Amino acid sequence: MSKIKGLVCKECKKEYPAEAIHVCEFCFGPLEVAYNYEYIQTKISKEKIMNGPLSLWRYEDLLPIESTPTVGLHTGFTPMIHAKNLGKKLGLDHLYIKNDSVNPPTLSFKDRVVAVALTRAKELGFDTVACASTGNLANSVSANAAQAGFKCFVFIPADLEAGKILGNLVYNPNVVAVEGNYDDVNRLCSEIAGEYPWAFVNINLRPYYSEGSKTLAYETAEALDWQAPDHVVVPIASGSLLTKIYKGFHEFERLGLISGVATQIHGAQALGCSPVATAFKKKTDFIHPVKPNTIAKSLAIGNPADGFYAIKIAQETGGVIESVTDEAIIDGIKLLAENEGIFTETAGGVTVAVLKKLADQGVLKKGESVVVYITGNGLKTQEAIAPTVGAPSLIQPNLKSFQDTLKKELQ
Amino acid sequence: MIKVRIPTPLRRLTGGKGEVDLEGTSIAALINTLEIEFPGMKERLCDKEGAVRRFVNIYINEEDIRFHQGLETPVAEGDEVSIIPAIAGG
Repeated sequence: MSKIKGLVCKECKKEYPAEAIHVCEFCFGPLEVAYNYEYIQTKISKEKIMNGPLSLWRYEDLLPIESTPTVGLHTGFTPMIHAKNLGKKLGLDHLYIKNDSVNPPTLSFKDRVVAVALTRAKELGFDTVACASTGNLANSVSANAAQAGFKCFVFIPADLEAGKILGNLVYNPNVVAVEGNYDDVNRLCSEIAGEYPWAFVNINLRPYYSEGSKTLAYETAEALDWQAPDHVVVPIASGSLLTKIYKGFHEFERLGLISGVATQIHGAQALGCSPVATAFKKKTDFIHPVKPNTIAKSLAIGNPADGFYAIKIAQETGGVIESVTDEAIIDGIKLLAENEGIFTETAGGVTVAVLKKLADQGVLKKGESVVVYITGNGLKTQEAIAPTVGAPSLIQPNLKSFQDTLKKELQ
Repeated sequence: MIKVRIPTPLRRLTGGKGEVDLEGTSIAALINTLEIEFPGMKERLCDKEGAVRRFVNIYINEEDIRFHQGLETPVAEGDEVSIIPAIAGG
């Protein structure tokens, strides 16, 4: 008996073996892992989870690997913070921040999906891993491939932030900078994946890779004393993360670990790349692709593959998908930093700005529990915020100089 | 002739070929020609109403046809067309 039954098309339900494939040959729908939940039910319990490793692998029974975890052994189990200061500002008594900006080893939620994908890549016998990335994923694949002994190719848009480019190079993978946007990189990588026998984590390993995101929901429920929150606010790039957070809560409910899940799932996009928010507002599930133009490069996917499912989930759960301007994103980064001491990247700025918008609109209410997902670290996108944070006070190394400056500051 | 790149999931229909050269004046015409040469192709790319399926992306010279005129996008000698399944990002 195995926890993995195989893969199944999310659209037409045709079944496939659990190999490195991601698309239904009949309808082009995405393939998903099909689990044997009856078997998992006999294995999993709250006690077992609570006595498990302090990483995402404490939920191993619900992750699509067949042997034992070999990659990302310290990833996940990130802080869940009761954000009292920010909550007070926004009029929310039970606001929580799930802080993946400090997720090991590369400081974004992508370490979760890569831990699962690379463990699975080893099981399937690959010696080379690759990805198409807006930055964080490439950082994580580069670092984890170095540690796990894979050959590695990462493909990124050429105009990424310096920190995200250097954050690949230091691990010495093959970094390929494509002259185009992320959608160009994605298209090219789909073609490359058809020609080379590599494990592209977000292409042919996508059914396994994407499951790693569920652990954000599991950790949330566990941290809330085995309850799902009333609301979550999730950034949307491809839409995959939002769908997996939804799935995570509902799997826990199905297995009896939590009950009464009624979480409203809200999505956050940057106005300069908001195809999902636009379709949501128009009440259509047809997503028209866009050419991204925003400082939130990690969310700049103009042709989001899971946008359709993200809209369905927001509609079904009573959630809202909102977008915010680049100015609001900067304000969001500062709001989080100044109130909670957390420096997030532009994607986190998007999420906080949408959180504020939803609080202002009364969608989120004072007594309700709200979890906001901070998925990346601000040190990686310094360019975005640098022009707006001012400069240090420059003084001579004597007391008078300091006192003069202090007087000026106080005025 | 127009070069059409075939994605891995459809290569079973083309006898393993990753590229085929076809004649046609629009994307819609190319899909019809594909269907004649490789039966089964059209039902995989298009739904019952004839629209491109939700999870199929078609590009002409590296540009998504939805930024042009969709299925009615004209094609000419020397153009390159790619058919690619939608994939998630990061």
